[in-house]
Amino acid sequence: MPKIHVKKQSVSLDMTAMCDVAFLLLTFFMLTAKMKPQEPVKVLTPTSIAKAKPNDKDIVTISVSKEGKIFWGTDNQQIRVSALQAMGEKYGIAFTPAEQDVFRLTEAFGAPMGNLKQLLNEDAKQRNKEGYQPGMPCDSLHNELFEWVYAARQRNPAIKIVVKGDGAADYKVMKQIVGSLQEQNINQFYLLTGLETKPAGE
Amino acid sequence: MAEIDSSGGGAKKGGKQRAKKMSTKIDMTPMVDLGFLLITFFMLTTTLQKPSVMQLNMPDKTEDNTTTPTPASRTLALIAGPKSKVYYFRGDPKDPNTKIEVTNYSATGLRQVIAENKAAVDAAAGKDKFVVVVMPMDKASYKNVVDLLDELAITGSERYGIVEPAPTIIDMIKKSGKFVE
Repeated sequence: MPKIHVKKQSVSLDMTAMCDVAFLLLTFFMLTAKMKPQEPVKVLTPTSIAKAKPNDKDIVTISVSKEGKIFWGTDNQQIRVSALQAMGEKYGIAFTPAEQDVFRLTEAFGAPMGNLKQLLNEDAKQRNKEGYQPGMPCDSLHNELFEWVYAARQRNPAIKIVVKGDGAADYKVMKQIVGSLQEQNINQFYLLTGLETKPAGE
Repeated sequence: MAEIDSSGGGAKKGGKQRAKKMSTKIDMTPMVDLGFLLITFFMLTTTLQKPSVMQLNMPDKTEDNTTTPTPASRTLALIAGPKSKVYYFRGDPKDPNTKIEVTNYSATGLRQVIAENKAAVDAAAGKDKFVVVVMPMDKASYKNVVDLLDELAITGSERYGIVEPAPTIIDMIKKSGKFVE
């Protein structure tokens, strides 16, 4: 029987194509990844089995920190500016164009109206330091959250309310938020939660 | 590799010194490794942080909500307390036979309680008659309330309402000796 010679093949193969694919995908993911906006509050949301995706547009986000501080923010820059103007008129505070510009780029803030002007003139790093902003007042005597949401709704009545609460916050704060927004007949809330898989067999 | 040696052995007889042709091929393996590592990183960070929303509908305060009251026997009251405890009872709180029990938010705790009560009510009164009243205390954490609503969604108890706990009910819990502050 003649011996069969197995042809020795080179083990190194051309990686160029694979490399191309890898970097193409890499570029895609990098471009589609959303930058995390700079926020003055860290919120660790609880998880739930809810599957609905949040709206990206036309939302007012009310963040609640661990300590129960309330922060207000909206995705729409025009609404931010018009809400600021409406609030300025209401409280008799005039904001300069520079301050309005800073506010237009602010993702979320939590400060009473009295401190807002000073806050907007501060350095961005200082302003967004965790725990620096005192939180927005939301009690029956002095309910600025109510006013801010109202101002945003003046501009866009269909705006949705998303509550982004930290799991460790007391329910009392939520009760205040929900209660005060129900005063202006908002009865639908979206609670932002992390994803959790539904347990099997249920 | 299969490059052809083109230097031409023994061709330099005092002639021009040609630069040696270098292979243009480089080993791409580490680059591919790096590429895929980064892809994995981006894929994991982008998909895992997708949040979801839980819709919460509160009753309209301006509308006239005259509805027929549900019998207490079909109503399970869940009171979210501090320290991740949940107190519950089924039936009329004024009835001296109504016992307040305490459980936690684990799968074997609250979920089982809801499932058992739901099964009991379904057997007695028919489907979709089971009503849950959620009463979070001020000191309950937000996580507890979300967990509670989540358990209701898991067990398929869709008829629920969130109300403030009445002082008499808080008193009842405190008197039962099970309250943990």
